[in-house]
Amino acid sequence: MAVERLLKDEATEEKGDRARMASFIGAMAIADLVKTTLGPKGMDKILQSTGRGRNVTVTNDGATILKALHIDNPAAKVLVDISKVQDDEVGDGTTSVVVLAGELLREAEKLVNSKIHPMTIIAGYRMAAECARNALLEKAMDNKQDPEKFKSDLLNIAMTTLSSKILSQDKEYFAKLAVDAVLRLKGSTNLEAIQILKKPGGSLKDSFLDEGFILDKKIGIGQPKRIENAKILVANTAMDTDKVKIYGARVRVDSMTKVAEIEAAEKQKMREKVQKIIAHGINCFVNRQLIYNFPEELFADAGILAIEHADFDGIERLALVTGGEIASTFDNPESVKLGHCKLIEEIMIGEDRLIHFSGCEMGQACTIVLRGASQHVLDEAERSLHDALCVLTQTVNDSRVLLGGGWPEMVMAKEVDELARRTPGKKSHAIEAFSRALQAIPTIIADNAGLDSADLISQLRAEHHKERSTSGIDVISGGVGDMEKLGISESFKVKQAVLLSATEAAEMILRVDEIITCAPRKREDRM
Amino acid sequence: MALAFDEFGRPFIILKEQEQKTRLRGLDAQRANISAGRAVARILRTSLGPKGMDKMLQSPDGDVIITNDGATILEQMDVDNQIAKLMVELSRSQDYEIGDGTTGVVVMAGALLEQAEKLLERGIHPIRIAEGYEMASRIAFEHLERISQKFEFSATDIEPLVQTCMTTLSSKIVNRCKRMLAEIAVKAVLAVADLDRKDVNLDLIKVEGKVGGKLEDTELIYGIVVDKDMSHPQMPKRIENAKIAILTCPFEPPKPKTKHKVDIDTVEKFQTLRQQEQQYFDDMVQKCKDVGATLVICQWGFDDEANHLLMHRNLPAVRWVGGVELELIAIATGGRIVPRFQELTPEKLGKAGLVREKSFGTTKDRMLYIEQCANSRAVTIFIRGGNKMMIEETKRSLHDALCVARNLIRNNSIVYGGGSAEISCSIAVDAAADRYPGVEQYAIRSLAEALDSIPLALAENSGLQPINTLTAVKSQQVKENNPFCGIDCNDVGTNDMKEQNVFETLIGKQQQILLATQVVKMILKIDDVIAPSDY
Repeated sequence: MAVERLLKDEATEEKGDRARMASFIGAMAIADLVKTTLGPKGMDKILQSTGRGRNVTVTNDGATILKALHIDNPAAKVLVDISKVQDDEVGDGTTSVVVLAGELLREAEKLVNSKIHPMTIIAGYRMAAECARNALLEKAMDNKQDPEKFKSDLLNIAMTTLSSKILSQDKEYFAKLAVDAVLRLKGSTNLEAIQILKKPGGSLKDSFLDEGFILDKKIGIGQPKRIENAKILVANTAMDTDKVKIYGARVRVDSMTKVAEIEAAEKQKMREKVQKIIAHGINCFVNRQLIYNFPEELFADAGILAIEHADFDGIERLALVTGGEIASTFDNPESVKLGHCKLIEEIMIGEDRLIHFSGCEMGQACTIVLRGASQHVLDEAERSLHDALCVLTQTVNDSRVLLGGGWPEMVMAKEVDELARRTPGKKSHAIEAFSRALQAIPTIIADNAGLDSADLISQLRAEHHKERSTSGIDVISGGVGDMEKLGISESFKVKQAVLLSATEAAEMILRVDEIITCAPRKREDRM
Repeated sequence: MALAFDEFGRPFIILKEQEQKTRLRGLDAQRANISAGRAVARILRTSLGPKGMDKMLQSPDGDVIITNDGATILEQMDVDNQIAKLMVELSRSQDYEIGDGTTGVVVMAGALLEQAEKLLERGIHPIRIAEGYEMASRIAFEHLERISQKFEFSATDIEPLVQTCMTTLSSKIVNRCKRMLAEIAVKAVLAVADLDRKDVNLDLIKVEGKVGGKLEDTELIYGIVVDKDMSHPQMPKRIENAKIAILTCPFEPPKPKTKHKVDIDTVEKFQTLRQQEQQYFDDMVQKCKDVGATLVICQWGFDDEANHLLMHRNLPAVRWVGGVELELIAIATGGRIVPRFQELTPEKLGKAGLVREKSFGTTKDRMLYIEQCANSRAVTIFIRGGNKMMIEETKRSLHDALCVARNLIRNNSIVYGGGSAEISCSIAVDAAADRYPGVEQYAIRSLAEALDSIPLALAENSGLQPINTLTAVKSQQVKENNPFCGIDCNDVGTNDMKEQNVFETLIGKQQQILLATQVVKMILKIDDVIAPSDY
């Protein structure tokens, strides 16, 4: 007797081969989707949001594309997730990781069809991943000792990362920009200290790195527009009425005169507060909260530059840059650390007026001002630059470097192939498949560039058979080239993360033999 | 539906609106129940053992869970059938009681139901079957005790414990790093264990996960990790020899619970109130400073002013720390949770050797490590992994491993795994069956058959020939009189589980058999299912 309805209504269950098929197809579809964006000649995607305004994003960044998709297939969600994590952790390689996982699954599907048990495939993949990682470790170069070379490494990495993005036209310019910005950080991975400001207008080439700090705010009316040797107090305090915080306090009066008195007292209180602030001996006051007209006027009278409503990030960054502390009480002016900078002035970028702090105490922070034809271009440029900055900071910490252009994949594939030959048993099929999946990445790069991938890859493989080969795909000339000479490098950390998370994700999907989908939670129709 | 008539031939109404209810009676009811139970067991069967597969579950909100843990699968499955719900309960109670073997218990119950169906067809009364199962389970229970072995370990020699945890972890996706995770689990349990009382409070082990990094980066921290950062961005990120004030009162003006109003009607009052307020903030911070605290951990939020004052007085602080974490911090640092500033005294401060903030990845994720605590009896396992699902699954797997280690500390008897204990029980039960006269004999024999289903499933999942393997192992056990022969799932080359170092806890196994039998008995006793039909 068959069981009717073991699960709740609308919940579905897929078993065995069908479940596996469903997850393979879902995962491969995702991989194919982002596949064409891989490499220096990869194409972009347009994403249109369903929300109000139907915002359009044009991008080449794997993580951004996948984040915007609404996906139903659970296996596909796994891939989206790994790309997101890759973005958070190392910032670049978000497309590669998905493509590699997709290729691994594609190879696995073939093996499953030829009746090899998924567990055997997993065992093989694991061995292969370990071997590939060792190969990478062995070939990674570390130039930390030599600052000159290290800097050129960084420059190469930045150029490689940027070459697949919209900034590829000016990649040298932007690579230098990014490297300069990152080197200022002196090893910290705190990207908050690098501010990216987008202002439409001009061309991408007009973008620049500013050593100081730029705050997108206006200076209060009647206050000085230019201050030299500024002493800055960064604050987070209410500059409106400064209400009494004791719970339940309220004003209850019986005559108009008393109202007036209390109002005067309030005003007095504010005046005192302003006096206290001024007593710090400052000439610039930046507050996170609003500054009402009355205190603003007081500040203007005292010849102090008051900036209101700087957001949290702005405040924290400003405090970091100028070396001041964020203050909320003003009773002991002698012990509050003030921020210093050489010059504060109002500058114009395009149509907008901004406040520029230069000659700051801490040289870590800087601002990159991006200019470009349209908001879309700027958004994409920001994403690209963010990728480059992420990779660079990671590289500063873990200075091992690999060559690019499909070189690491070919090195790994070669080692893995060797391993396959040494391994007895069914596992060797899986190991071989792993090597094929690795080779798929240079193949896709070549395909995307419109080159004859079959020919190129075979040439490349032959090259790599020699010891210490440095050849990879040279997309520009359309042939096999020496990556070392061309200066195409990648960060070891990114490659390793790609390899490990792609294998992990493929393994996870392979292990599944049943998918149970619960009925989607019903949403109340509020219309 | 059967209708009853009174003496005038009018139909009796027994159930309200009985036409609208579906009703199954007698053998049909039992069959339907059995097949529902078996359907649940069938889903889990492929997850059993080191080569078991995972299930992917999509929750109503669209989140994806990939797991191998029986209890989790069933809990997330959104089951509607009543009997299937019983099976879910079964797995859950194994989870609560033992923490491991949640898949095995369901597979066992499914096999028992399958056998019961055959007996029912022969016309044996369900109650007799239930009684037979009961007897048989007792035989198996005692037999397990006989074949179990005491197993020696001490705080210094943790190797045996690690081996057991590895058996548990080997069936999970994390088996790549099973050695490392098993060591972490054992060290964590030993750190919080009370070896004299043979008790372990698992609440003292906090399992925290953060996406990113590799599974190999997972670490055991002798202290507490809190997913919070300092309340003020410029507070020091590293404090040595911290004295911690643990507060549950906010750095805010007081809010008496009784409703009140403070009326301001003169300027003087306005002014005094203002001063009082300032005084208040000052006092709070001063009190913390006076008792010598170098770090304040607070359950509630801070006012901007208080925050700055703290910063100003060089007193780092953490805000919005959850209740559970606060308790753990209190235990670890030997401090007391202080509900009022007035009650703050130097003795109530917790002590930690090192408190530091650590940031991860490119986003601004920061966590607070409290290490080298005065009392190292609270530990944190900090999991890293490629993606969210991986971390969730690692958490579940580690939970299982922790439970196993705890059970061993409570009771250090073990039986060998790989199906060997089941096979041995099956032989013993089968032999004992002949001594029982009556119909029960059949039921007892059926339980012996059902016990075989676990090694069968293990062999099947490992890609071995199930029947061939089982018969070979069984005959080997009888011939060599060696109850440690099991299924060689990992293709190591030996059947002797003692050599392979695959073992499980005795209480876990015993509980599995008892719980499975109990549930099956309950299901067999149902002979009438009345359910409202669809409308």
